[in-house]
Amino acid sequence: MRKAKNIFENIDYLSVIFYLVLVFIGFFNIYASEFNDDANEIFNLSKRHGKQLLFIFISSLIAFFLIIIDWKFFFSLSFIIYAISISSLILILFVGKITNGSLSWFDFGNFRIQPSEFAKFATALALARYINLFSIKKFNFSKTILCFSLVLIPLLLITIQNDTGTALVFLSFVLVLYREGLTENVLIFGLSIFLLTIMCLILDFFVFLIILFFIVSVIFYFLKKKKKNIINILVLFVFCIAYSYSVSYIVKNILPKHQSDRIMVVLGQKKDPYGIGYNVIQSKIAIGSGGLIGKGFLKGTQTRFDFVPEQSTDFIFCTIGEEWGFSGALIFISLYLALLLRILFLSERQRSNFSRVYGYSVACILFVHFLINIGMTIGLFPVVGIPLPFISYGGSSLISFTILLFVFLNLDSYRLQILR
Amino acid sequence: MKNALRKNVVALFFIAVSLIFLVKLFYIQVLNEEYKFSAKNNVLRYDVLQPVRGLVFDRDSNLIVSNQPAFDIIVVPREVTKIDTTVFCNSINIQKVDFIEKLNSAIEYSKYRESIFEKQIDAITAANFREKLYQFPGFYLRKVTKRIYPHKNLGHLIGFMGEVNSKKMKEDDFYIKGDLLGVSGIEASYENKLRGEKGMSIRLVDVHNRTQGKFNNGEYDTLAIRGKNLISTIDIELQKYGNQLLYDKLGSIVAINPKNGEILSLVSSPNFDPEKLSGKNRSKNYKKLINNRTKPMFNRALLGEYPPGSTFKVINSLICLQEKTLNVNNFYNCDGKYFFEKDRSVKCHKHTSKVNLSDAIKYSCNPFFCENFEKYFNKFDTSEKAYKNWFAHVTSFGIGDWMNNDFFSGRKGLLPKADYYNNYYGENNWNSSTIISMSIGQGELLITPIQLANVSAIIANRGFFYTPHIIKTIENELSIDSNFTNKKFCSVNKEHFKYVIEGMFDVVNSKNGTAYNAEIARFNICGKTGTAQNPHGDDHSIYIAFAPKNNPEIAIAVFIENAGWGSKWAAPIGNNLIQKYFELKDK
Repeated sequence: MRKAKNIFENIDYLSVIFYLVLVFIGFFNIYASEFNDDANEIFNLSKRHGKQLLFIFISSLIAFFLIIIDWKFFFSLSFIIYAISISSLILILFVGKITNGSLSWFDFGNFRIQPSEFAKFATALALARYINLFSIKKFNFSKTILCFSLVLIPLLLITIQNDTGTALVFLSFVLVLYREGLTENVLIFGLSIFLLTIMCLILDFFVFLIILFFIVSVIFYFLKKKKKNIINILVLFVFCIAYSYSVSYIVKNILPKHQSDRIMVVLGQKKDPYGIGYNVIQSKIAIGSGGLIGKGFLKGTQTRFDFVPEQSTDFIFCTIGEEWGFSGALIFISLYLALLLRILFLSERQRSNFSRVYGYSVACILFVHFLINIGMTIGLFPVVGIPLPFISYGGSSLISFTILLFVFLNLDSYRLQILR
Repeated sequence: MKNALRKNVVALFFIAVSLIFLVKLFYIQVLNEEYKFSAKNNVLRYDVLQPVRGLVFDRDSNLIVSNQPAFDIIVVPREVTKIDTTVFCNSINIQKVDFIEKLNSAIEYSKYRESIFEKQIDAITAANFREKLYQFPGFYLRKVTKRIYPHKNLGHLIGFMGEVNSKKMKEDDFYIKGDLLGVSGIEASYENKLRGEKGMSIRLVDVHNRTQGKFNNGEYDTLAIRGKNLISTIDIELQKYGNQLLYDKLGSIVAINPKNGEILSLVSSPNFDPEKLSGKNRSKNYKKLINNRTKPMFNRALLGEYPPGSTFKVINSLICLQEKTLNVNNFYNCDGKYFFEKDRSVKCHKHTSKVNLSDAIKYSCNPFFCENFEKYFNKFDTSEKAYKNWFAHVTSFGIGDWMNNDFFSGRKGLLPKADYYNNYYGENNWNSSTIISMSIGQGELLITPIQLANVSAIIANRGFFYTPHIIKTIENELSIDSNFTNKKFCSVNKEHFKYVIEGMFDVVNSKNGTAYNAEIARFNICGKTGTAQNPHGDDHSIYIAFAPKNNPEIAIAVFIENAGWGSKWAAPIGNNLIQKYFELKDK
């Protein structure tokens, strides 16, 4: 057991500092994006920045509470928390409230909760606990299937809620599993599928076939010309064609129009500055107009005058880019990266699989948010609505990420006691 | 792969993504200027503040061009909802088809930005419209000024306003689409003084085009500066009188103060009301005017080119005196005909024979001037030399070249060069006889009324002139263009003028002068009539005059198209105008 006086000695304060700095960067940028010429008091609960301040306060209390309780609480309750989370995801399909087209909120009068935010935390715990069960770090087929099932259940449930962004976040667990020994072929396979998907969407189908045929011929040339290889390659070739054909069919005919349009805009296949592309164009204009040193705090015209939609939530990075410029963005991204790498570093020093897997999960979840959110504001990723952890406005999001991080900091503070 | 390596792969993946983001950010934030431009386009709205155009006064400070408040209807198509178009159209008096057309053209320009829906509706219509404005979201009224011309029939002098064309917009970035500028007359030639300076107000707007405040607290805003007021040289009473004199006639009168070149009146008939060419019915009226057979839009005083007829004899006699081929004491026997070739002659009209120079001018004796023209040519060894010298003399009277006055338009007239005859007849194959009609102001020679008025001023001044001009003073400017204040001399010396002037005095004041009128003797008018043969119809009636004989104050030229003898129409009209001038002065 950790001794009481050691509680605060064993906390990784560097992470806490990163956390606090990011949270307050978030607060000031929410303030800036809400700022107008009237009613600018900091403590104004009718304004988003005022509410965010309240959320920060609540999060701090939760963080403090999470630090002082015993690690075994999380360890032993992992599967139960997971079960509760999955149940709430199912329940919401029947009693949830639709916001921005997604059925993902529980509504309690003035207070709303988005269970999918907490499902990430629950899944991370459950996955850590499950991998901790087997001592030898080796994935056999059934274990792999079970690991994927733990991730896929919430992913599918959230997809049904029509919250694609949050569902995508669950793919971050693939990175965790990779760290834990999943064969790298999974990554290579994923990457190939990704490239194949993009190629079949941006190229004319006929051109695509020619390129594919060329690649296959080159592979065939370098491999030994055995009969077995020829068959393998032919199978692969047919698979590629079948896959590409179904992808383009799904994108063009099955996906809802707004989603397929978003994909096409990011791939540069569609230009529509006042329709689907509007968000991205305005977001890029806001960030681009920041220049090297930015326009200064509260001086951003694009974000303040509502040219950028969802500017305090999903597009909060625009305010950073516009008011603080490239130098601000550089500092911000470095800070974020520093936090991510710090968590990876902390994870690696854990003695127990449980703590390490959980730590990796935290880092990867935060990373995927970072990737998708900033990627979409600068036009590298389709517009999918997910928040930038610690920065974006929103109670559910801030509290869930605080829980995610501080549970890990709690585990880290017990690293000398947790042996397995 | 070992786990140690795998943790690095994950970390490297994080770093790689961050780097990709930073590269992309560096590109859009630092390298690419396009986004900064778009950002400005998003939020900055440049409102042009139109300056008030300068006023124009006549020489006695009577207002001849002024401004009146009017209103433009502005539309922002995006804000327009379903409205009762019948009420709308009735309140500003347009047809529904126009409404649809105008709205569509505004939509074509921009759905989000304002464009002018209807120009310059008057204050009363605007007041009615304003009451109903709440029913028409997306429409606004903007106060502008409208040009007002209190005196009708000054179209040629003042000119009128028109919408700027794309060529002008390219040349001068002052103008933007829809701006008005002077198209002719004073409005055009003093456009740069009258137009003033535009102001600019820059405001910030949000995504819904709602104003959010001034850009940089108005640091870059500028106020509009009103245009300069002008004082014209015109005497509006004399001008109106001139218009009356030419009522129902085709012709022009130009009156100049020879002492300074100020144009006292410039009448071209028929005339038009400049106000008809501003406002709503502009294009309809313009069409009417342009199709009128009498060409009311044609400024005869500046652009009409006529043979000067006998008035030109004055110049020829001055040249002969200067070249000493004419002796004022010599008498010439006129027998009614001058044979310049064996069987070809120039006819004369009945008058007492034995004429000296003054008599010849008084009677306008053709043979006298033919004879002296030949005598002058005989002084030189070749016709070409003689002609070139003559050409130089005539040019010094401001004939055959641009006048460089302050009007937007003008004509050179026609004074053929020696080469013209060399080409036409062959070198050395022509002489004074060939071009004998030049001696009496016919032949190829063409002159504009304002040029002839200037000739009249030169004679009045005994040998010099100031370039005629229409603007006397520009507000806040010490002096007008030095081109108008510099004395310019003609090539004939002062002492030769008195003989010619004696003759011109007799024209009006001697009983057998061609423009004799006993009633106006007290004004000491000197004049010369002319009758220009016109291949297209009846002769033009022409008259030049100045008064008083000593220290002249007014010099005029009158052209009446197809009216026959100069003595019949032009001379009485000219004398009448001079009389009016002195009457007005005595008032």
